[in-house]
Amino acid sequence: MELITNPLSLLIILPAAAALTLLTVPRENSGVLKGFTLGATLLTLLVAIKLYAGFSPAGTAMQFQLSLPWLPSYGISYFLGIDGISLLLIMLTALLMPISVLASFSYIKDAQRGYYVCLLTLESAMIGVFAALDLFVFYLFWEGMLIPMYFLIGVWGGPKRIYAALKFFIYTMAGSVLMLAGILCVVAANHAATGAWTFSIPALCGGALTPEAQFWLFAAFALAFAVKVPLFPFHTWLPDAHVEAPTAGSVLLAGVLLKMGVYGYLRLAVPLFPRGAAAFAPWLAGLGVIGVIYGSLVAWSQRDMKKMVAYSSVAHLGVIILGVMSFEPAAVAGAVLQMVNHGLSTGALFLLVGILYERRHTRLIDDYGGLAKVMPGFAVVFMIVMLSSIGLPGLNGFVGEALILFGSFRVYPWLASAAVLGVILSAVYMLGMYQAVIFGPLRHTENKILPDLNLREWFYLVPLLIFIVLIGVWPNPFLRRVAPAVGSYINLSQPYPAAPAVLPAVERK
Amino acid sequence: MEGNFYPLLKWILLPPLAGFAINGLFGKKLLGEKAGGFIGSLAIFISFVFAALAFSDLLNLPVENRLLRDTFYTWISAGNFIADAAFRFDPLSSVMALIVTGVSFLIHVYSTGYMKGDAGFNRYFSYLNLFVFFMLALVLADNPLVMFVGWEGVGLCSYLLIGFWYEDPEKASAGKKAFITNRIGDAGFLVGLMLLLALLASQGFPAMDFASLEHNAHLLTSATALGIGAPTLICLLLFFGATGKSAQFPLYVWLPDAMAGPTPVSALIHAATMVTAGVYMLARLHFLYELAPKAMEVVMLTGCFTAFFAAVIGLLQKDIKKVLAYSTVSQLGYMFMAAGAGAFSASIFHLATHAFFKALLFLGAGSVIHGMSGEQDMFKMGGLRKEMPFTFLLMAAGWLAIAGVPGLSGFYSKDLILEKVFEQGGVWVWGAGVLTAAMTAFYTTRLFILTFLRAKRGQGHAHESPLSMTLPMAVLAVLAIGGGFFLKDRLFAFLEPAAARGGDQGPLAARLMLASVGAGLSGIALAFPLTLPKSANFLKNTMAHFHALIFHKFYVDEIYEVLVIKPLKLLSGRVLFGMVDAGLIDGVLVNGSAKVCYSAGRSLRRLQNGRLDFYALVFAIGVAVMLFWII
Repeated sequence: MELITNPLSLLIILPAAAALTLLTVPRENSGVLKGFTLGATLLTLLVAIKLYAGFSPAGTAMQFQLSLPWLPSYGISYFLGIDGISLLLIMLTALLMPISVLASFSYIKDAQRGYYVCLLTLESAMIGVFAALDLFVFYLFWEGMLIPMYFLIGVWGGPKRIYAALKFFIYTMAGSVLMLAGILCVVAANHAATGAWTFSIPALCGGALTPEAQFWLFAAFALAFAVKVPLFPFHTWLPDAHVEAPTAGSVLLAGVLLKMGVYGYLRLAVPLFPRGAAAFAPWLAGLGVIGVIYGSLVAWSQRDMKKMVAYSSVAHLGVIILGVMSFEPAAVAGAVLQMVNHGLSTGALFLLVGILYERRHTRLIDDYGGLAKVMPGFAVVFMIVMLSSIGLPGLNGFVGEALILFGSFRVYPWLASAAVLGVILSAVYMLGMYQAVIFGPLRHTENKILPDLNLREWFYLVPLLIFIVLIGVWPNPFLRRVAPAVGSYINLSQPYPAAPAVLPAVERK
Repeated sequence: MEGNFYPLLKWILLPPLAGFAINGLFGKKLLGEKAGGFIGSLAIFISFVFAALAFSDLLNLPVENRLLRDTFYTWISAGNFIADAAFRFDPLSSVMALIVTGVSFLIHVYSTGYMKGDAGFNRYFSYLNLFVFFMLALVLADNPLVMFVGWEGVGLCSYLLIGFWYEDPEKASAGKKAFITNRIGDAGFLVGLMLLLALLASQGFPAMDFASLEHNAHLLTSATALGIGAPTLICLLLFFGATGKSAQFPLYVWLPDAMAGPTPVSALIHAATMVTAGVYMLARLHFLYELAPKAMEVVMLTGCFTAFFAAVIGLLQKDIKKVLAYSTVSQLGYMFMAAGAGAFSASIFHLATHAFFKALLFLGAGSVIHGMSGEQDMFKMGGLRKEMPFTFLLMAAGWLAIAGVPGLSGFYSKDLILEKVFEQGGVWVWGAGVLTAAMTAFYTTRLFILTFLRAKRGQGHAHESPLSMTLPMAVLAVLAIGGGFFLKDRLFAFLEPAAARGGDQGPLAARLMLASVGAGLSGIALAFPLTLPKSANFLKNTMAHFHALIFHKFYVDEIYEVLVIKPLKLLSGRVLFGMVDAGLIDGVLVNGSAKVCYSAGRSLRRLQNGRLDFYALVFAIGVAVMLFWII
């Protein structure tokens, strides 16, 4: 019974159950398939909103805990619970799902039933990852995400979909296997030390591992998550996956799946192996900053809009990693918020590119130009989303970026200063793309008849715009809910010598 | 918290935002031109009224207590990084707010005439309202982060308005150039802020409102960063931000291109208000700059160089708006010279008078362009005084004011700046300033002569502009003529508590004044003979190389193109994407390892050839090896 009364468990089961039910719907009954999927995701969103309302912002413990023994002899249990970080990411997932479904209505024409089953299964797995507090359950959901995503890219993707799907799968899988080995090591070491089997994440945190073991285990986890983030130089699966994936796949890939890597650092890698984290943190932060500059520069020379957005994600996630690895309250809180922001703005960017693609069947920047004339509504939405993505103050991106930069500057002054270059470069490539697509004369005759946004498109874009503005002007409700979780993350990272209070570059006279 | 709670500050800020939303959402279909223009102008007028109201309330307070504050809510709070959405109204903010709302209102009214019939009329007004909102946020902000919101927000509006006629790729590019150049400056600004706040936080004072910063600034004096004093580095970084927004060397290059926007926009954003944000920022943070004499020197020299350099370029431009654009860059240089000399009040004084006369000149130019149906080349104008008598007279006021004719507004502020610069910077900096004054007088006189006097060179009939355009110009003309005289003592008495030093008379004052007046008058006098076609051609031919160099603006844009943009583009495309990403990482490492696995698999497959004798052989060898190992 608790499986359903616990809101977290319900959030996981609901989409999965809907996916199973969907299999009973005749495959040619497209209207029912769409309506049912949309209804299921909206219902999930509703449960998520209730979860948000019931979440106590100041609570330091994991909330909505549920622990059902599963394989007791190995200490494996179906253990769920969330803090502010998982809460925001679950909310993001629940919000992006109905949007993705709506965006698929006209985009997906073949094998619709399988498609929607994949989407729903994916939602279940994604929420599961954010809610799991048991390493084994976490790993199951983690791998569980791969399968529907693999099909989404491989079946409903573009011309090079098989290559992209395989690359995505093998790349992430290679990382995950390392993580699995790491998980088994941690649990075994814990068993050796305490004599009890447990996979519970809170119980394993700050365990008695030797610094050397922590070093290697952190390395294994860090690599798995670095692929997922993706950190430079493990990012090359991302542009391919994005370019080939259908719109909804891209939205969820960028919006939620990329956050899994960062979430992994926050929930597992650092709390489990604080000493290992201490050794690697500056390097990971450095890779993040390289990603900022590298991703932005490479994005600049892309001709395909989706590829450009993909590389911009590498840059954005780089900033987030800088924040996470600085162990500074403002920076970490900013990083968590920025995960949500990136999900909103990059998700919206992929939706917008998808809207163009549906009309013109091309994503090349050169095939557009002057769209402001025929698609004024689209131009406005695109402008707001672009400004959010480049971190214009007043919109959401700025709040996260500013917190990360100002916070991490206290720990890594040089890295944070270098990351500011991303502020310039993001404007360079984004404004360049916007101008080439929206401004100028209507060069191509095919573009003269493009219809502006229709009601359905407005319907799924407006919620994103609302949050883009809302988080920009009033981020505090979210930051408040994240603060205790950030505090405990920093506490758990503690064997690390506390963040230096005085800047290394600064000496007192 | 010190200062008086003053909830009315909302009413200065919010009307333009509401105007933006109304014109933006309902637009042409529901509102139409008349209502849209009216609502846009009304919004600014309401702001102006409340600014004036707050100003009078401020005046009624005792001098040491002149600070009104309004904190809306806590904007960002994480760790000890806490930024409130807070606003302040002190003498410095109040002067800026009055200038911004006042000049904006006039320009809004002017725009109802200028933009009549444009397809994007309502879009124009919504952008313009949004601009005023961000500009007010910038000048009323109570902490640097909110200030940065305004700072980038005005940049956005500038981008939108420069590229307002977006179908012309050149105009859209000019907007992009402005935004990106500004962002380069903003990056410096951000790093400066990061350093400032991190240093203060490390000493246990994370509060970031301006009052606390001023109070805690002295803690920075003992810190060093990168081998120089922390205040110096912070001030230099912040000033780098100012060179972007306020179009100083080396980031001034966007402003001349920004003239692609509608002319009232050039008057409001690119002359009177936004480009002065850097000057305002320095005055706002004067307490930091006073800790950093080295940085002040850099500010003064940069201002001086920019003033001179831009004036030289302005001498030979053909496009009426380009002349004014370079003139603006040059005049902003004066303001930075003053700030660098520690005379922050004088810089604000020049900011005010410049807002009057330069806005007037731009509106006059706009009126001419409007009358000539879009013509901007001065060599195709001439003789317009008969056809556009009002514009002619009003623009004459602006011309004489900027040229430094005694008694008019430009004279007072420029003279004061040169005096301060002489005290702080010595005779050379002063000399460059005086020479710039002479050139300023020259190029504005040239502009005036080519446009209004002498014989008509162009075709077609020019028409005088409607009242909606000439009336705002008339108000500005009154200010351009009388504003300097009216403000010269009052402003300093008022600003003294906020800005550090003001305008007490030095002993040399009279002689210095004589020199600068002489420079201005000789500039005017020289312009008459030198603009005659004969003498102009003679000069052009005798100094052909020099002429080409100046006419092409010292090729600065081209140099940037070759030195910065091209290499970066190459790095981005060929090197990073082509070689590193697709070549090394994806090609060699990722797909390379895949290929290795694949070919390894293919060669190992041969072992599984299904022949039993082969298997038996391998088995036998294996057993032999194992036995060897064990024994």
